[in-house]
Amino acid sequence: MTTNSPSKVHVTTTINGQQHELLVPPYMSLLDTLRELIGLTGTKEGCLDGNCGACTVSLDGRIVDSCLVLGAEVDGKNVDTVEGMATPEGLHPLQQAFLEEAALQCGICTPGILVAAKGLLDNEPSPSEGRIRHWLAGNLCRCTGYDKIVRAVQKASS
Amino acid sequence: MHPFAYVAPGTIDEAVAVLNEHGDRARPMAGGTDLIVKARANAWELDAVVDIKNIPELMSLSDNGDGLSIGAGVPCYQVYGNSDIAAGYPGIIDGASIIGGIQIQSRAGLGGNLCNAAPSADGICPLIVHSAVAKITNASGTREVAVEDFCTGPSQTVLNTGDLLVSIEVPKPAANSGAAYTRFTPRNEMDIAVAGVGVMVVLDSSGQNFESARIALSAVGPTPILASAAGDSLAGKPVNDETIAAAAALARDAASPITDMRGTVEQRKQLVEVLTGRMINKAVERARG
Repeated sequence: MTTNSPSKVHVTTTINGQQHELLVPPYMSLLDTLRELIGLTGTKEGCLDGNCGACTVSLDGRIVDSCLVLGAEVDGKNVDTVEGMATPEGLHPLQQAFLEEAALQCGICTPGILVAAKGLLDNEPSPSEGRIRHWLAGNLCRCTGYDKIVRAVQKASS
Repeated sequence: MHPFAYVAPGTIDEAVAVLNEHGDRARPMAGGTDLIVKARANAWELDAVVDIKNIPELMSLSDNGDGLSIGAGVPCYQVYGNSDIAAGYPGIIDGASIIGGIQIQSRAGLGGNLCNAAPSADGICPLIVHSAVAKITNASGTREVAVEDFCTGPSQTVLNTGDLLVSIEVPKPAANSGAAYTRFTPRNEMDIAVAGVGVMVVLDSSGQNFESARIALSAVGPTPILASAAGDSLAGKPVNDETIAAAAALARDAASPITDMRGTVEQRKQLVEVLTGRMINKAVERARG
């Protein structure tokens, strides 16, 4: 265990089901690790301080703000991003519902909201409107499209 | 962000050794929801970040019958998702469930909330009214500090170089007791308290009289405040509107807020009085079961 210089950290992690081996600068966020080292640019940078949720990813099944996680921390963990939602067979039901309900305008909050909503529906398939709004309180939409977003999540729920 | 080294030791001894080596240029990290923000803003220039999540003692959450032990790195969702804690310590859940949103609660915990020492921290007042104690270790041994004595100013604590918070120990609540916490915010979630109040009451066996009470206030002073005179005023008194209003007025007197973008001095003092009355009633309701 050396702390003399900030040497890169060797990380083995599973991202969207695929194993990656990385050398990560110890002060690099998970957000930048995904975007810059792996090229997964679906996860967006918003506020960089945990208020907006644009960078939401799933870490071992719990949604987190990837701007407030270090890439070095995900060694041995599972990370799931918006790129992992659709399959060759088609869009995830949430993505399809967002299209049908026009639940986006500029789109920058959308990947984070999709991942956050999936985190809810994976555990609670039929949440109430109040529960959806509470769950998504950590995701800001600058185009103020919340009603359409909530309707799309309701549509995708069973 | 100043380039720092990342270490994730598996033992307390190793973590303390790294903290001692770097002095105030190293910090322990649990959820990182305050640390990474401060490092990114260059409020802290760090040479090393010590991730404590591989240290079993700091990640354990247990109720041994004599009380609750909350490891310093245990995230909020594990606290409010625990059915034993929900049943036995609902006042602590009142705080843990309103810190940030779901994403933040996946990572942030009560240990970090305490060490971050924000005057507005929602996690600290419930711990104070529960007479919780912070267990701190360093190279020379372990000591315990009452949570109400832990914060010494905004972002300032009793922790010295090389100190590591191990756990928060919450004694088992007395019979016929109840606790509650709430805050006032313009937005229901993802907001910072304009003022907050935590209350713990112990009633006699009839449920009609206070035996003792503790009242703590957030966001109305440089640290969370234990309003001793307000809590003590209830001891031996009957549970009624008059005794509760008198305690609420004393809580208002104990608040020493500032005017800032979140609220004025007068609004915050008024909020303390109103919320204290509400939380005493809620704690009484919980004490009566």
